[in-house]
Amino acid sequence: MTNQQNWPLWEVFIRSKQGLDHKHVGSLHAADAGMAMENARDVYTRRQEGVSIWVVESAHIHASNPEEAESFFDPANDKVYRHPTFYNLPDSLKNM
Amino acid sequence: MPTATNPNKQPVIQDPACQAGSDAELRFQQKVDNDLKIEPRDWMPEKYRQTLIRQISQHAHSEIVGMLPEGNWITRAPSLRRKATLIAKVQDEAGHGLYLYSAAETLGISRDEMIDQLHSGRAKYSSIFNYPTLTWADIGAIGWLVDGAAIMNQVPICRCSYGPYARAMVRICKEESFHQRQGFEILLTLSKGTEAQKRMCQDAINRWWWPSVMMFGPHDEASPHTAQSMKWKIKRFSNDELRQRFVDMCAQQVKVLCMELPDPELRYNPSRGHYDFGPIDWQEFHQVINGNGPCNRERLSARIRAHQEGQWVREAATAHAAKQAAKLEKQVA
Repeated sequence: MTNQQNWPLWEVFIRSKQGLDHKHVGSLHAADAGMAMENARDVYTRRQEGVSIWVVESAHIHASNPEEAESFFDPANDKVYRHPTFYNLPDSLKNM
Repeated sequence: MPTATNPNKQPVIQDPACQAGSDAELRFQQKVDNDLKIEPRDWMPEKYRQTLIRQISQHAHSEIVGMLPEGNWITRAPSLRRKATLIAKVQDEAGHGLYLYSAAETLGISRDEMIDQLHSGRAKYSSIFNYPTLTWADIGAIGWLVDGAAIMNQVPICRCSYGPYARAMVRICKEESFHQRQGFEILLTLSKGTEAQKRMCQDAINRWWWPSVMMFGPHDEASPHTAQSMKWKIKRFSNDELRQRFVDMCAQQVKVLCMELPDPELRYNPSRGHYDFGPIDWQEFHQVINGNGPCNRERLSARIRAHQEGQWVREAATAHAAKQAAKLEKQVA
């Protein structure tokens, strides 16, 4: 069976409206960035879901390892004082 | 690595299947039980992976093959509005196929492998698409009944334990509701038309009803994998539960069309709070699944031909990309 000659995989990020972050929506195959962009438009924004698209070859993404998530994110585990609710203040104090 | 334990959760009751499994398997099941999503790089049992690959790829193939019976009517749609709608719907099916192929690929199977499995007949697709679309009313019946059944099946999958599949399903379900509504609108229009149009409407319902009821798969007692899939939260409801909901829904909706569902045994049963319905012809179901439906050969050969005829386009795009990349490299140098 003939194949796609391994068109690379691209990850698609879409800004749904001006002022919001680009958000990962999925992936697709394309021969190059131009084609990835057009395919992303046709596959992920048929109903005006976006005003801007980023595509990046999946091979270029470095991801944290889920097996090591516990130790990797460990440094933040015991620092509840980074949250505003850690501080006990009287109710009479307003606007803080 | 120590097992992550959440002090707020009850300890997981150990059933024999879990005890037999490894620590990793236990942790996996715990995550699923706690409604945490499984993501592509997380550890998962090999059977979970294989079950998902099979289910998601079959689902993707169904979307792709499903374009064929409807595509048959694009050039003959009765108005520009109907034609634009049908094109948009068929384009959505292509998009759904792509979302799902991508989701399956995260489990380690390549797109080419999946396409090869479809074309060689090793992978199945929904048997419903092996029935012909004989009249324009069939496009209405497909939207109402086939997409209606698909939505009934798919909505619970939005909560599937596997993240990429669940996310793809959320997008798909959002888009499907237009499909069902446009189908019903087609039938509604015909149902208010001439005598010939009414007959056409009833005829399409007659032909699509039972195949749609079969879309939910075998009865629960004949569906051996259901228990495991439910434990893994790939499946949330059994085939018969979903089928009953579908029958209940359609039995009501058909009244709006002033048409009938072709089942003399269909009647509301107040003691169950559901509609009773007649026996399903499982022999027909198995005939179609095993390649002997009215259009199996036609559908598969159309898919293979389309793939082969697109070969030069894929090659040209690859060549163009390579040329552009080389040009860019030269400029930089």
